[in-house]
Amino acid sequence: MAETAAPAVTPAGVATRRTVTGMLHSWDLSTGVDGPGTRFVAFLAGCPLRCLYCHNPDTRYLRDGGRTPAEEIVREAAKYTGFIHASGGGATVSGGEPLLQPLFTAELLHRFKHELGLHTALDTSGFLGGRATDALLADTDLVLLDIKSWDRALYRHLTGRELAPTLAFARRLADLGKEVWVRFVLVPHLTDAAENIEGVAAFTASLGNVTRVDVLPFHKLGAAKWRALGLDFTLADTPAPTADQTAAARAVFAAHGLQTV
Amino acid sequence: MTVRQTETATRGAWDGFRGGLWRDAIDVRDFIQHNYTPYHGDAAFLAGPTERTLAVWKQITDRLPEERAKGVYDIAYDVPAGITAHAPGWIDREKELIVGLQTDAPLKRAIMPNGGWRMVAGALRTYGYPVPPELEKVFTAYRKTHNDGVFDAYTPQILAARRAGIITGLPDAYGRGRIIGDYRRVALYGVDRLIEAKRVEKSQLDDLPQDPARLEEVIREREELAEQIRALGELKAMAEAYGYDLSGPAGTAREAVQWLYFAYLAAVKEQNGAAMSLGRTSTFLDVYLQRDLEAGLLTEEQAQELVDDFVIKLRIVRFLRTPEYDELFSGDPTWVTESIGGVGEDGRPLVTRASFRYLQTLYNLGPAPEPNLTVFWSPRLPRGFKEFCAKVSIDTSGIQYESDELMRPRFGDDTAIACCVSAMPVGRQMQFFGARVNLAKTVLYAINGGRDEVSGAQVGPESGPITGEVLDHGEVVARLDRQLDWLAATYVHALDVIHYMHDKYAYERLEMALHDRDVRRTLACGIAGLAVAADSLSAIRYATVRPVRDDSGLVVDYLVEGEYPAYGNNDDRADAIAVWLVEEFMRKVRKHPTYRGAEHTQSVLTITSNVVYGRKTGNTPDGRRAGEPFSPGANPMNGRDRHGYVAAALSVAKLPYEQAEDGISLTNTVTPDALGRTDEERIANLVGVLDGYTTCRGFHMNVNVLNRDTLLDAMEHPENYPQLTIRVSGYAVNFVRLTREQQLDVVNRTFHDAL
Repeated sequence: MAETAAPAVTPAGVATRRTVTGMLHSWDLSTGVDGPGTRFVAFLAGCPLRCLYCHNPDTRYLRDGGRTPAEEIVREAAKYTGFIHASGGGATVSGGEPLLQPLFTAELLHRFKHELGLHTALDTSGFLGGRATDALLADTDLVLLDIKSWDRALYRHLTGRELAPTLAFARRLADLGKEVWVRFVLVPHLTDAAENIEGVAAFTASLGNVTRVDVLPFHKLGAAKWRALGLDFTLADTPAPTADQTAAARAVFAAHGLQTV
Repeated sequence: MTVRQTETATRGAWDGFRGGLWRDAIDVRDFIQHNYTPYHGDAAFLAGPTERTLAVWKQITDRLPEERAKGVYDIAYDVPAGITAHAPGWIDREKELIVGLQTDAPLKRAIMPNGGWRMVAGALRTYGYPVPPELEKVFTAYRKTHNDGVFDAYTPQILAARRAGIITGLPDAYGRGRIIGDYRRVALYGVDRLIEAKRVEKSQLDDLPQDPARLEEVIREREELAEQIRALGELKAMAEAYGYDLSGPAGTAREAVQWLYFAYLAAVKEQNGAAMSLGRTSTFLDVYLQRDLEAGLLTEEQAQELVDDFVIKLRIVRFLRTPEYDELFSGDPTWVTESIGGVGEDGRPLVTRASFRYLQTLYNLGPAPEPNLTVFWSPRLPRGFKEFCAKVSIDTSGIQYESDELMRPRFGDDTAIACCVSAMPVGRQMQFFGARVNLAKTVLYAINGGRDEVSGAQVGPESGPITGEVLDHGEVVARLDRQLDWLAATYVHALDVIHYMHDKYAYERLEMALHDRDVRRTLACGIAGLAVAADSLSAIRYATVRPVRDDSGLVVDYLVEGEYPAYGNNDDRADAIAVWLVEEFMRKVRKHPTYRGAEHTQSVLTITSNVVYGRKTGNTPDGRRAGEPFSPGANPMNGRDRHGYVAAALSVAKLPYEQAEDGISLTNTVTPDALGRTDEERIANLVGVLDGYTTCRGFHMNVNVLNRDTLLDAMEHPENYPQLTIRVSGYAVNFVRLTREQQLDVVNRTFHDAL
């Protein structure tokens, strides 16, 4: 177990919140890319997916992070509340896959929201959505949900995992009326088939709680990290989509009445 | 096209203006407050360029490639500059709405020998022009210059510090600048009224001084006022050569722009100050533009044309400088800084339609480094204006921002920036510009007992080198204290000498004629290498730093074991060191007497000199290699800020403005993607970042929105990027006019990229 609540043997529900720790890869301040406005972003280590186009392969394993008390991260984020309240924005828990450490993630979201008064976002693939408690979701103002593909076989090829949990999580968020931004990475020769985009778009539109779709053109800025880790980046020869291809994919989502950027 | 004042002009000129105080005393602020129309809307009203504007601008841009290739377009090499020294000149006499050039032709540079003959002769030789022997004789045999005077009075200590590059960039061979005449006064009052007011000021000094301590001061002030009155007379004569009579106030918007420009032109005809800033003119001129718009005398297109034509003139101000100067301040800058926006003391924003029109010139004429458009930012500015500023920044990288919230309480709401970050109430305060000292080198002096790490010479006070195997933080700080004491004393005295001589030999008659008699003077000290010094002390304290010595015992390198917190990550352990350095040096500077009782201030600003400073500084304990550039201004060192630009900015915001009232400069370079995915989002997010930084007491932010690839391509194909403008530590430059070394520094500097 990566995350702990002291004393470690005590069931999570009994542990006091202050002592929750987890594996943190890094933190950052970003603008306009991890949810609305300028945000404090905690990148948690570890991810169950093995996406071919992953741009943060250095966060795959829990051991890629350092054991960090939630308290320390909240204290760091607290340095930015004045700025964020003036600039607009909030705090995002990202990864890795934050729901690999649901207790840690819940603790961070709770304290960002209630102690610091920040707008909160959870950046997830949804694969471990079943681990998110209703309480965790109640502390989440926005979910950034990465639906990588509509085609189950393609999803398995892309990520090494099953698609179904992500779709189930999306429906649960819809039932809860939780605001969601869907992300879709457009990778030429991989996710750009018309029926794949159409499938994601139709499903997304059917949910009713998705306020925005980010179509993210594939880029290779993470390739150096693959090399540094001694991993084989199989998409090294895959081109970035052209502006026209990206615009065409966005048009598919827009045709379903989705706000798309 | 001659516009002459009529007999009744004075009454007519002020028709429709409200308020009374400004009528009885010279008080432009009072006039603005009673008469300006705040604008709360968006940019939709703005007009594009007219064919006339584009035709005039094209005549300039057609000449720029030749200027870039040769370094100068032309030089009026045989006539020493003065307000009336050159015959009138035009770009296109038929088409220009606002007239007047520094010499008799556009882009032709004047020589200004009062600052120093050597600089003039050196520049003429560099660019292949003859050095007129008769002028050489005048300025070496008969007429002493500022430069001669300074070197007569420098001490050996100052000379050694200057040679070692621990105190550099001093305005001892060039004009000090950073004095803003209140050029608006000429438009509002006309020259005759200003001369009258100066005569009254002078007559107040007619009584023989009883206090012996006041004797020299009174004599000097009388002489200065006589010179000011003479300069105002020359201003009238200069305008007359163009067919204008500046005796009375401007009667129309066009006249107001022309009068104001003539006043500024007279200043730049005579002085080649390092920064020749314009002041805060847009909202003043808006009063006139608004009056003519309401009277049906102007359309919006015509109002924009006047601003565009004025800005063309400001873009072609040129000074003749030497390659050594260019190395310090690269890209041929003139710092025609114009301060825009802000909020008044009564809470009304000082934003008018003209504030928008000035920014619009970056579209109508394309991006350019001059005039140095500076927006006084406050979260309380109208939304429409904020969004337009952000849009202009994203499209052109042409704006710098400074905190109105920090300046207004100290300097009032009629404040302008001189150069990059130096705030001063217009017409009421001036500064004695003092360039800067090299703090990183000072840390090395502490370690080497005052010996210079490059030359080995004993420059600072001798204290014997540190001999231990590992640097001890307490010992280094104690030794640093002694070096800083020496540095502050030597530095302040060098500035005293410089400004004594500048007043004596190169007095800014016209600019000072457009000031009140009793001005507040500041002695503007400065520091460079703050991030290197702070990180070096942090490394010594938190990591293990082993000095590496050469045969003579001089420490020439450092082995750093372990990690240390670096300045620029909003980490108090490192940031507190930077704060301490700023406070400590300011405290030491304040101990020393100043020429004319000037108040001590300091800036954390380098302009482009961070490259030269770095080149002259050896290996430092933070791991920086010898010769590597410093970060510019108060920026963290390249690549050491690991948590994004907001974290870096909040480290900088911790530096106390009250201990650096001459300004703290931060340059941010982001890619468009690091601000958001759509144009609207980027605009909203940049507005948010500026609101956030201002709220957190950040002072200044240059905003560049660029792609690294664009810069690399511009290095290879400069001909494709004649107008590519980037902001560097307080001013903007034409990227293709930087030296290659400086271009690389900009490219290598942290690009805050979304990943």
